[in-house]
Amino acid sequence: MRAFVYHQPKTVAEAVRLLAQRDTLAIAGGQDLLGAMKDGLLEPAHLVNLKSLPGMREIRETGSGLQIGVLVTLTEIAEHPVIRRDYTCLAEAAEAVATPQIRNVGTIGGNLCQRPRCWYFRDPHVNCLKKGGDQCYAVRGDNRYHAIISPGPCYIVHPSDCAPALLALGASVTIAGARGTRNVALRNFFQMPDKNLRGENVLQPGEVITQITVPKPKAGTRSVYVKVREKDSFDWALVSAAVVLQVSGGVCRAASVVLGGVAPVPYESAEAGKALVGKAVNQQTAAAAGKAATTNATPLEMNGYKVPMLEAVVKRAVLAAAGLTG
Amino acid sequence: MEDDRKNLPPEPPEDVNTSRRTFLRNLGVSTALASLLSSGAVLEERRARKAQAETLQHASQAQSAEIRGKSRITLNVNGAAHTLEVETRVTLLDALRDQLGFTGTKRVCDRGSCGACTVLLDGKPVYSCSMLAVDAQGRRIETVESLAQGEQLHPLQQAFIERDALMCGFCTPGFIMSLKALLDQVPRPTLEQAKQACAGNVCRCGTYNRIFEAAMEASRRMRSGG
Repeated sequence: MRAFVYHQPKTVAEAVRLLAQRDTLAIAGGQDLLGAMKDGLLEPAHLVNLKSLPGMREIRETGSGLQIGVLVTLTEIAEHPVIRRDYTCLAEAAEAVATPQIRNVGTIGGNLCQRPRCWYFRDPHVNCLKKGGDQCYAVRGDNRYHAIISPGPCYIVHPSDCAPALLALGASVTIAGARGTRNVALRNFFQMPDKNLRGENVLQPGEVITQITVPKPKAGTRSVYVKVREKDSFDWALVSAAVVLQVSGGVCRAASVVLGGVAPVPYESAEAGKALVGKAVNQQTAAAAGKAATTNATPLEMNGYKVPMLEAVVKRAVLAAAGLTG
Repeated sequence: MEDDRKNLPPEPPEDVNTSRRTFLRNLGVSTALASLLSSGAVLEERRARKAQAETLQHASQAQSAEIRGKSRITLNVNGAAHTLEVETRVTLLDALRDQLGFTGTKRVCDRGSCGACTVLLDGKPVYSCSMLAVDAQGRRIETVESLAQGEQLHPLQQAFIERDALMCGFCTPGFIMSLKALLDQVPRPTLEQAKQACAGNVCRCGTYNRIFEAAMEASRRMRSGG
């Protein structure tokens, strides 16, 4: 690991000033960053320790929902009684991240901002498109874990479990920068590679997420996160789905279906949502939602298996959110 | 590994700048906390938490600091304060093994994937390979060396031997620390909970079933008084 100067800012203003400097990265739990630094994938000369900032470790309930400090750990989210009860898909997603050891240190902010796991991107000897190279090696290479929904030219999948859950719950992030703060809906936070090839989101150098705001779900809302992985004890998603359903009088009034493991962003399937709204949730409509979720899927050579898997995961998640079983 | 708290506080080395000095002053607070914690059994956890909150408060009132090159830090390991000099890039794992001699904590993947480096931080399992040593100041660190009391093995260690829960043994300290964290919190875990507690530990010899048997056996013994 390259040596670095370790900055301990005491205010957000100080942190963003430092982060605007060259060769500087933010570190929170460091569970993704330190590995990337050991591999030589990232070689910052300066690290800004967000853990030195006060007031970012709380989960606050407000009349309109939740405010989650960016340094709250994944364990704290998974165990929080209100999140488990009212924002269930978020607790389930946090619990599905990595291992107990990583969840005890890894933060919600880091989970949203972690870099992709694409093995070409992670290989320090491969200069892929995302690192300024001239091609995406996944297109003709071993693409078994890659995206089935992407505008190109890069086929990573977004690695976060919490991102689909938060997006489905309508969350937004507060971003601090040199010119003050801005609020960005998570829906607009993540970017496809045709918009942003080198990064995965709208954060600019010198910007940092300080807080996540989750609106209070309407009465009759239930949510579920379903994740399928190759190794059940510890793995990123092959396919996952966060489903938030609002049901009253036996009819689905609102539905949000957000997919993980299939696209370079947490992918909101408007088609799956439409298949549910205005209908009773049952085996048939859940299966239709699963089918609809695959509408835009165009698999690569080795990841065709993700299409039927996606269909099954969405169906299972919809049924579970409705209190039914598949 | 003698406790060299008495040697503190040091004069900052000549090559440091003012902000480093500020940082070292802040460290004094963490050191005080570590000393408090080192009285271990005497100190109620509530008091520790209060002290920690005060440390944070002091830290937040202080000016921003930066650490360049090597800095002197104090780590509270197994109830004793240890002072050492580390570069910012040194992980807790390497500080424990290479500088403090706690070689029970194993270095295998060094990427937060295998669990051999698991230690407890304030009672919770973490990968020591994926944490900077400077960030572990003011926290209560437990390694596998803390378990045996003289010749008296911890029930988990005894159960691992009796249930033949290891082959090469390299992953064993990590599994034992993950399971200790579980049993400290959940004295009567289900088999499923024991498995989940070990989800971040890998045994390439494949002794998982014996490890889970040993965990359940240790739980029984600890509840019946050893």
